[in-house]
Amino acid sequence: MKEQLEQIQKEALEKIAAAETMNELQEIRIAYLGKKGSLTAVLKGMGKLSKEERPIVGEAANNVRQSITASLEEKTAQLEEKMMEKQLEEESIDVTLPGRPVRVGGPHLLTSIVEEIEDLFIGMGYEVKEGPEVETDYFNFEALNLPKNHPARDMQDSFYITNEILLRTHTSPMQARTMLEYKGVKPVKMICPGKVYRRDTDDATHSHQFTQIEGLYVDKNVRMSDLKGTLSIFAKKMFGEDREIRLRPSYFPFTEPSVEMDISCKVCHGKGCNVCKGTGWIEILGAGMVHPKVLSMAGYDPEVYSGFAFGMGPERIAMLKYGIDDIRRFYTNDIRFLKQFHHA
Amino acid sequence: MLVSMNWLRKYVDLGDITPEELAEKITKSGIEVEGIEYVAGKPENVVVGYVASCEQHPNADKLKLCQVDVGDETLQIICGAPNVAKGQKVAVAKPGAVLPGGMKIKKVKLRGVESNGMICSLQELGFDEKFIPQDAAKGIFIFPEDTPVGESVIPLLNMDDAILELDVLANRSDALSMLGVAYEVAAILNKEVTLPDESVAFAEEKATDYISVNVDAHDLNPYYAAFMIKDVEIKPSPLWMQNYLMAAGVRPINNVVDITNFVLMEYGQPLHAFDYDRFGSKEILVRRARDGETMVTLDDQERKLTEEQLVITNGAEPTALAGVMGGANSEVHDGTKNVLLEAAYFDGASVRNTVKMTGLRSESSTRFEKGVDPNRVKNAGLRACHLLAKYAGGTVLANAAEFDQLDRSEKTVTVATEAVNERLGTNISDEEIGEILQRLRFPYTKDGSVFTVQVPTRRRDIEIFEDMLEEIARMYGYDKLPYTLPAGSSQAGGLTDEQQLKRKINQFLQGIGLMETRTYSLTNDDRIHLLLSPEVKEQNPVPVQLHMPMSEDHKYLRLSLLPEILASVSYNLARNQQDIAYYEIGSVFISDEEKLTKQPKEQLRLAGAITGKWVDQPWQQEVKKVDFYVVKGIVEGLSELLQVPVSFHQDKVDGMHPGRTALLKIGEKPVGFIGQVHPLLARKMDLKETYVFDINLEEVFTAYAKQLAYHSIPKYPSITRDIAFIMDKEVQAGAVLNYIESVGAPLVKQVRIFDVYEGENLPEGKKSVAYSLLFQDPEKTLKDDEVEERYKEIVEKVNGQFNTYVRS
Ligand SMILES: [Zn+2]
Repeated sequence: MKEQLEQIQKEALEKIAAAETMNELQEIRIAYLGKKGSLTAVLKGMGKLSKEERPIVGEAANNVRQSITASLEEKTAQLEEKMMEKQLEEESIDVTLPGRPVRVGGPHLLTSIVEEIEDLFIGMGYEVKEGPEVETDYFNFEALNLPKNHPARDMQDSFYITNEILLRTHTSPMQARTMLEYKGVKPVKMICPGKVYRRDTDDATHSHQFTQIEGLYVDKNVRMSDLKGTLSIFAKKMFGEDREIRLRPSYFPFTEPSVEMDISCKVCHGKGCNVCKGTGWIEILGAGMVHPKVLSMAGYDPEVYSGFAFGMGPERIAMLKYGIDDIRRFYTNDIRFLKQFHHA
Repeated sequence: MLVSMNWLRKYVDLGDITPEELAEKITKSGIEVEGIEYVAGKPENVVVGYVASCEQHPNADKLKLCQVDVGDETLQIICGAPNVAKGQKVAVAKPGAVLPGGMKIKKVKLRGVESNGMICSLQELGFDEKFIPQDAAKGIFIFPEDTPVGESVIPLLNMDDAILELDVLANRSDALSMLGVAYEVAAILNKEVTLPDESVAFAEEKATDYISVNVDAHDLNPYYAAFMIKDVEIKPSPLWMQNYLMAAGVRPINNVVDITNFVLMEYGQPLHAFDYDRFGSKEILVRRARDGETMVTLDDQERKLTEEQLVITNGAEPTALAGVMGGANSEVHDGTKNVLLEAAYFDGASVRNTVKMTGLRSESSTRFEKGVDPNRVKNAGLRACHLLAKYAGGTVLANAAEFDQLDRSEKTVTVATEAVNERLGTNISDEEIGEILQRLRFPYTKDGSVFTVQVPTRRRDIEIFEDMLEEIARMYGYDKLPYTLPAGSSQAGGLTDEQQLKRKINQFLQGIGLMETRTYSLTNDDRIHLLLSPEVKEQNPVPVQLHMPMSEDHKYLRLSLLPEILASVSYNLARNQQDIAYYEIGSVFISDEEKLTKQPKEQLRLAGAITGKWVDQPWQQEVKKVDFYVVKGIVEGLSELLQVPVSFHQDKVDGMHPGRTALLKIGEKPVGFIGQVHPLLARKMDLKETYVFDINLEEVFTAYAKQLAYHSIPKYPSITRDIAFIMDKEVQAGAVLNYIESVGAPLVKQVRIFDVYEGENLPEGKKSVAYSLLFQDPEKTLKDDEVEERYKEIVEKVNGQFNTYVRS
């Protein structure tokens, strides 16, 4: 019987090795391990064996069963892998065909710039205020130390609707509005982005409508060095850590002292080139210490409170950052322009 | 203000500082130098020559053959200038010279005759034609007779000068004069200022015997001086003066006019010279013009005057618009013998009024408008007298006729060192402040660390501590200011709820493929009434119109964002960009007043326009044009995002497709509309099939705020039932849906339409709409028979209400 078992094992393993389909393997399983299979038949004949022989043959038969079973399993796995390979090969596609388009929209470049600046100042504890685009003469001019007949105030530059109502020429009216809201006691720390309007003929560098961001900080003991420190942080975050700032005296009726802030030229780092017109510096914004008349008109005692204010143009910043040559691009909405700033 | 460096050297020792270095210093300490211009090139071998003879060229009518003595030799030169003549001193470019335009001078033959150089015009030497004296502009430039032959023209014509272009802002009118700039530069460089010569040898005869001065409007004209200069000889002014005037951008005319202009530039004080013999009387009367009075100004224009203007009269009629322009009848001319010279102080606002009404802005009026130095008015007159005696051979009569109520007092400002340092964040010492004040030439007294500064009247901009603070800061140097951050109370910054919501809406719309745009708020006659949202239109808004628009295109404040967005879409279509999905968040301006007495209401809206393909995957046969349901889906998405329920109601809106437009409501409140732009309007605006949406964001914000509460997540499972109703085509699927929701409540949580079918197997005029109903009970697990019962009830009610039946 031992020989018989060995024969069965040999035969079965050879057949398994030769099998190529799952069906064949199934047939082999039935032929050897099934109820009517040859190994089963041998085991059935064990009753005729002596008591001594029985466990020996039993063990041998078991080994054969295990060997065949293991071989079947191994082969099954092999065949499955092959089938899978074949199926996957059939499922192969042309990956160079175009993908299903996902629509990609995006922000307007000015929104990106404004939000970047907003977030920067929010990080420094500023709140964002928005005000009316149609302003009163009082808030647009008078409350900012620009009384009627002031030489810096030219009717020709503003879009008036009536003698007392006009389109705001800057977002600075929110200085006075916010200070009045805070009633002369609370510190004020705000920026105000928004649309502003000037009586200009539209060309590459002028636009009758543009954007401005005003900033205001009023508290006790605010110093001009605080303005310089704040603007320096802004410039480095906005334009790069390697940029230097410089303050230059200027004139705005609502600040005293007034300054213009330049940043060092990205191209030449201060040596002078075409981009900076040979000066090494590029003008970015106007700023200054809030004029005592502006403070007192808005209910803050200039003997107790001081503050600084600054104002900048996102169009100009965007034009400098990206080398845009024509301010009208921001308002014609050419899709080929807008799409370039998806990522901005 | 154009500042000639050579001219400036007359008052301040500039040493050997380069124009670039000086410009940088001036810019950093206060006045921006916008540019540096060089007067002309510096050509070598261009010298003064004497035209010894000048004859006709033998072979050319328009050319002259000249023998020119250039000192070391005599050159034969052919010249085509019409004004060349024997005996002139001219600029000669010798062979080898290179002119600023790049032209090389060589020996040449012109029409068979040798020419060994070129007689040059100022233009050929690189001067800007608009500043050249009129005679010289037409031909070559002729030097004064006493000019030495053979000398280089470079210094003679001031060609080695550099001009600094100063951008003088409104507060620094003092820098609109060479003297003002001299004080500024002297302070920066820590140098002395040399003042001009104002000495006059007066004749015994008195001006007051020839003229009297009366002023009616003291407030507008607190000071008027009339000087009398007899027996002047009108001729060209000295070359150096012409050079400086050209450098300052003023065209030389004759000595008298040039001297008034020179002093204007030097002192910043406008002067006016009348021809005394043409003045018409022995009396000057300054008064307000009479309404309707007229005069002919220097430019030969007749001007109609009003009471707001100040005029100089001869007692009878106006002879000058005060501070703005003289009259044609009393103008200085070639035959003028006796000059009446005006040095006056006119009120800035009054001059500005005259400028506004006449449109005549000049170097003079600008200075009056910004305010002249009261302590320099008479001195400027004396300086002009000095120059008129010297360069026009005039005799200056004693005792100018004067009217004088001018306030010449100086302001005092107190500055404490501690206050300066507190405000600047610096540590400046008393000594440093004292030194700065000395450099600025501001006299002061000092008590401990407190300075009492006497501010010279030339610096009208300095009135209070902060003004003085700026002077100290800019002279100390902003570079030396430390970098600090505010030490005061810290607060958390942030966005308001609405600002955050706006950002969220932006992100949503951009995420689904819409592009944000920015359009102008100002629009034109055609667009102002287009596509108004019904709830805006209902308010009968009166478009807010600008008083003085710049163009017809930007005249009214918009009532809808859509027309400008559609114009942007059209712009892109014209550039072959077919698939556009644009939106904008911005304000419209609503008022019902014909003439505004208060600001209009600014309402924040969200609007957008979409055209072309929405899905574009042609190789998989999936190309879908934008349709109504794309736009509706966007609004539904937004509604879902913000949990603000928006309902859609078939409606008609002007300019919209009558069958493809829906009104939007939040609750019962109309908040906007969506739909297809009417094909006729689309054609008019050069658009293709375009869909739009327009929503009042403020209503959305309000509804959002009310929604902000937590709803617990349902604990028990839901059951879904589908059902298809056959209904008349006219029945709105949405109406049935709303009805199911209302009769199904509270167990029916959600109803969805998942199939719409018309055509085969259905009776004529019918359609099948399939609904999916979601049942859920927050309190317990629903049982099938409960759902079945409610379901049957709903079907019955729908059938009864809409005359439908269930498709089996
Ligand atoms: Zn540069």
